[in-house]
Amino acid sequence: MLKKLRVALAWIFWVGITLLFLDFTGTLHAYLGWMAKVQFLPAVLALNVGVIVALVLLTLVFGRVYCSVICPLGVFQDGISWLRAHRSKKPFIYRKGMKALRYGVWALFVIALVAGVHVFVTLLAPYSAYGRMVQNFLQPIYLWCNNLLATLSERAGSYTFYDKEVWLRSLPTFIVALVTLIVVGFLAFKGGRTYCNDVCPVGTTLSFLSRFAMFRPVIDHDKCKHCRACELHCKAQCIDIGKDHEMIDYSRCVDCFNCLEQCKFGALEYKYAWSATKNAKNVALEPENTVSATNNAENVALEEKEPKSRRAFMTGTALAVGAAALKGVEARAQEAAKKTDGGFANVLPKQAPKRVTPITPPGSKSVKSFYQHCTACQLCVAECPNDVLRPSGRLDYLMQPEMSFEKGFCRPECTRCAELCPTGAIQKITKEEKTQYHVGTAGVNVDLCLEATGKSPCGKCAEVCPTGAIAMVQQGETRRPAVAEEICIGCGKCEYLCPVRPISAITVNGKGHHI
Amino acid sequence: MTRAMKRRDFIKISGAATLAAACAPKGSAVQPVADNGPEQMLMRENPKNGDRISALGFGCMRWPMIKDADGKDVIDQEAVNEMVDYAIEHGINYFDTSPAYLQGQSEKAAGIALSRHPRDSYFIATKLSNFGDASAEASIQMYKDSFKQLKTDYFDYYLLHSIGRGGKDAFNKRYVDNGLVPFLREEKKAGRIRNLGFSFHGAKHEFDYFMELFDSGEMVWDFVQIEMNYVDWTHADGVRNVNADYLYKELDKRGLPIVIMEPLLGGRLARVPESISRHMKEREPDKSIASWAFRFCGTYPRVLCILSGMTNMEPLKENVETFGHFKPLTEEELEFLEEMATQMMEYPLVNCTDCKYCMPCPWGIDIPGTFQHYNKAITDGTYAQNTEQKNYAQLKKAYLVSYDRAVATVRQADHCINCGECLSHCPQSIPIPTQLKRIAKYIEDLKQDTL
Repeated sequence: MLKKLRVALAWIFWVGITLLFLDFTGTLHAYLGWMAKVQFLPAVLALNVGVIVALVLLTLVFGRVYCSVICPLGVFQDGISWLRAHRSKKPFIYRKGMKALRYGVWALFVIALVAGVHVFVTLLAPYSAYGRMVQNFLQPIYLWCNNLLATLSERAGSYTFYDKEVWLRSLPTFIVALVTLIVVGFLAFKGGRTYCNDVCPVGTTLSFLSRFAMFRPVIDHDKCKHCRACELHCKAQCIDIGKDHEMIDYSRCVDCFNCLEQCKFGALEYKYAWSATKNAKNVALEPENTVSATNNAENVALEEKEPKSRRAFMTGTALAVGAAALKGVEARAQEAAKKTDGGFANVLPKQAPKRVTPITPPGSKSVKSFYQHCTACQLCVAECPNDVLRPSGRLDYLMQPEMSFEKGFCRPECTRCAELCPTGAIQKITKEEKTQYHVGTAGVNVDLCLEATGKSPCGKCAEVCPTGAIAMVQQGETRRPAVAEEICIGCGKCEYLCPVRPISAITVNGKGHHI
Repeated sequence: MTRAMKRRDFIKISGAATLAAACAPKGSAVQPVADNGPEQMLMRENPKNGDRISALGFGCMRWPMIKDADGKDVIDQEAVNEMVDYAIEHGINYFDTSPAYLQGQSEKAAGIALSRHPRDSYFIATKLSNFGDASAEASIQMYKDSFKQLKTDYFDYYLLHSIGRGGKDAFNKRYVDNGLVPFLREEKKAGRIRNLGFSFHGAKHEFDYFMELFDSGEMVWDFVQIEMNYVDWTHADGVRNVNADYLYKELDKRGLPIVIMEPLLGGRLARVPESISRHMKEREPDKSIASWAFRFCGTYPRVLCILSGMTNMEPLKENVETFGHFKPLTEEELEFLEEMATQMMEYPLVNCTDCKYCMPCPWGIDIPGTFQHYNKAITDGTYAQNTEQKNYAQLKKAYLVSYDRAVATVRQADHCINCGECLSHCPQSIPIPTQLKRIAKYIEDLKQDTL
């Protein structure tokens, strides 16, 4: 019964969060946005006290149900474990947790969080790791299906579905997501909740509380026949049944309740555990000397795997950065205009200019604050209706979003990323506030500018600037745009609509402090 | 010209046309369609040389394009062959093309399709479209290329393409200063040009200049091609483009045969706003909206041929039906169309006929695509007017989604930089950058809900 409840709730959260990442129309976040906001790390970064207290209490009362229900990466791993159960008959066997790795990673994570080593934090944040996988692998499929429906819809003369471009936003992030998928997937297939219990810093944080949980699965020593049915089905590998002892490592138990329905002798019960029974007392301790010889070998094997997986992450990242540097969009030569009627002039795709300071979304207060809070979950990237946001390729902010204007600009009526962001990296703002939110400043490259070089009359940037920050000023023979730095808000409309391609003659550079 | 005069003309005209239709030779092999009697293409005789020309001519400017293996636009030759065969079979014998049409491919496609039929079974009209390089060498080369493309050694009708804009100066530059006028005269003498004329878009004084040339004998025009339809009859903008009733009267006075272009305004008169189409359907429930526009032109006896740029078989069949059972308009019906034209002027339509002369825009803007989409929304009544409107959200989405479908984002109105390159190319004298800006503003207002 408890397991069914857990599975049902897990499905709801998992489907909800996945849909949240898939939806690009901005309709679902009104209903599902809270599912991202109750994620542990985002709530901590957003200083969302209500959610933190609720999650702490939840864990203190019921144990790590967070890991089994709310965390989408946890549920994803359960899915893999389920596949394993159907594919191979190999049971789970108790193993001692890898404390050094677990606490080592946790300590490094906390230091990284405080010191601002963003890459390390975003790499391990479980909800964000899941978000990246959905955004990189599932959303394209979702969009292709949508585009198929859009084609059919177009033929039927309906506007229900409309086309949405599918494009690779960042190769490094794609590779990191791929490596995450492979590593977490492999670990889940091999050892159930290995990632959650030996690596995940959120899992470790919650484990500090869960070992004192009010309700826990408890083994009744008198009833236990030591058949090991529960141990063999424990995907957290935290139940140890010996010849004459039985023990559950509550720091690693994620309250999936799989064990409960395995016990044929009624020895396992999820119950109030604060009445200090001898069983409870027995098992509240960390197991030190109860590991059987057979399990040792597996431990060693797994311990070897762990560092490897971390190395794999790092290697993947390094490779990805290298690839990004090599990647250059080939410029197609513009065809000479014909003197006949019809046809189109070739339009080169835009390329992002070098921006000394990255541009972060309106609502992020400052570049520093934004990157301190963001866990790189890609929710804003997946939802941005103007294709402005994409994961950064800079090493120090790898995978965390930045703005760029090759496919659109930050439209004045849109505040969607601010509504979505679960970490408080982008704080809620109104459309009115956005009109004054100074995220960057435009600068002119007169060597490229059509008017300044006398190639063609233009003045597009001055014409379209929503704040009137750009004026065309006479300089000798020609005119050129000039930007009033304090009036410019950095929305990127001028850069996006500048006819000069592939790199615009007017480009926006980020502003460190927005307000 | 007074209204009473016009009416008298109309009565004469409609009487004559009815008589002509009644006396038309019978006994063709064509099967009767419905109960309209046998189909018989309306024919007109060129009083100058006796050419018997179908009143419906095939304009070769709007043939279907497909992508070839390299992704380039090419004419769908198979479709063209099929249409040309059907057209000839149903009595159409006048084909109008130009070296500029369809990215320069129209003449070749016409040549391929037409050369499959005996040369004396059709008339070819093509043009000297020397808009770019107007030097004697380039112009004569263009003239000679047309023979090759069209696989012929004579042109039945040859036009100085779209003169008018720029008046005397532009005319001198394109045809006089480079010595082309005597050259063309010689070509006519040699029989390679059977009839020399011009096509016109422009203001009254510009047209008057070409009539003066004719009156003084400096230029001998054999025919003239003008834009005429029930909207342009008295509702052309009047400043840059003169009303068609004036053009018709002046040509009629001089006995010059008239070829009609844009009888449908690039399809806009085949798809009119709902309030107008309802009136038309109340009168002629089984006749297409476009048929009114064709009947309007066909009612005037000086009209030799009415060109329609048919893109596929449907309009071709429909038009063959209209001209196969041609019914001229009565005076009362002409007044009705005048009333419809007046109503149509109330709509904020862009006067674009999708001729694509403005293209390619050097900055990649899809000018006709943007205007066509905008006009369609207005004509269909799917145009959001303000945020208070019922169904506003639906209309907004429909407009924005359909615009993205019709025109690629980088080719949309907001990307126009107002360089003005297009302005001189537009036969309708549309202030293109201003209109694009107006549409871009409309879209911004839609997106920001500030309409």
